[in-house]
Amino acid sequence: MRVAVLVFPGSNCDHDCYHAVKHVLGCETDFVWHQERVLSGYDLVIVPGGFSYGDYLRAGSIARFSPVMEAVTDHAKKGGYLLGICNGFQILTEAGLLPGALAQNVSMKFICKNTPLRVETENSYLTDGFKKGDVINVPVAHMDGRYIADDKTLDTLENDDCVLFRYCDGSGAVTAEANPNGSARNIAGILNAAKNVAGMMPHPERVCEESLGGVDGLLLFKAALNAISSGKPAL
Amino acid sequence: MKASITVTLRNGILDPQGSAVMNALNSMDAACVKNVRIGKLIEIEIDESDPAVAKETLAKMCDRLLANPVMENYHIEFQTG
Repeated sequence: MRVAVLVFPGSNCDHDCYHAVKHVLGCETDFVWHQERVLSGYDLVIVPGGFSYGDYLRAGSIARFSPVMEAVTDHAKKGGYLLGICNGFQILTEAGLLPGALAQNVSMKFICKNTPLRVETENSYLTDGFKKGDVINVPVAHMDGRYIADDKTLDTLENDDCVLFRYCDGSGAVTAEANPNGSARNIAGILNAAKNVAGMMPHPERVCEESLGGVDGLLLFKAALNAISSGKPAL
Repeated sequence: MKASITVTLRNGILDPQGSAVMNALNSMDAACVKNVRIGKLIEIEIDESDPAVAKETLAKMCDRLLANPVMENYHIEFQTG
C-alpha cells in the first residue's frame, strides 16, 4: 500500500501520520506538499490534522482551495481511498467530499483528551475486521469538532451505514455525557456514500504504539492496509 | 464599491457564544434579551460599479468561500458614501 500524507501550511499532525504509517505499519509513504497538482500511484491519501492556514475564516475553508485538492478530488472520484483526520475532516467537508460541517465545540473550549469511540459499522476500509459495537480509545484534540448536518443528511448517513464512529462511554453506551463537543447524534466519524472517503475528528495516528498510550489507532490503519491490499471494494 | 458581508450561524444551529452573551446580558438586568447570535463581519472593496453585478459576484464568493452554506447564512450590504 502506497500512502500520501498531505502537508498544508499549518498542518501539525503530518509527521505523526507519516511515522505511524511508514515506521509502525511499514508502508511506503510520501509527504505531498499542498502546491502539488498531481497525486498518482497512491492507494490511500491522508489529510492530516493541524491548523491549515491558521484556521482563518473557518477551519479547512482555505486549505480546500489549495492546488492539491483538485488532485485529491480526482483521486476520490476515481474510488481512491481518502482519510481526513481532525483538520483533514474539516477540509474534506469544506471541499464537499463529505457531507455536513464541523462547528465550534459547544463548550467553546479546546478539548484534548482520550475518548472512547463505538465502532458503528464493520463495512468500511478502516473498520474491516471490527465488530459493530466494539469500543476503541482514541484521543481528540480540537476546537471545532461539533459535527452538524440537517436531519435528512443525518438520517441518510445512518440508513446508508455511513456513520463510522460515535462518542460513547467506556462501556459503549452512546450518551449525552460522553459527547465531548456537542456533535449531532454523537457522531465522531463518517464515510461518503461510496465508502472510499472517511473523516474523523479523533486522532488514530496518536495511538499506534503502546509506549504512546495505546494501539487502537494502529488497528484502524492495519484494517485499512488489509482491506486495500486485498483489493476489497470500498462498497 | 464597498460591501459589508455578515455571516452568522443558521437558525436552529446552536451558537454557544451567542448563548453565553445572552446569559450575561440577562444577568445584568437586561431580561428583555431573548436571543443573541454572534457572527462575522467581512468588509470587502471590489472594483465594480454596478450594484447588481457586484452583488452577484459577492454572493458567489460567499457560496464558495466566505460562508459555509451547511451551517451559515450571509447578508450582503453596500456601504454608501
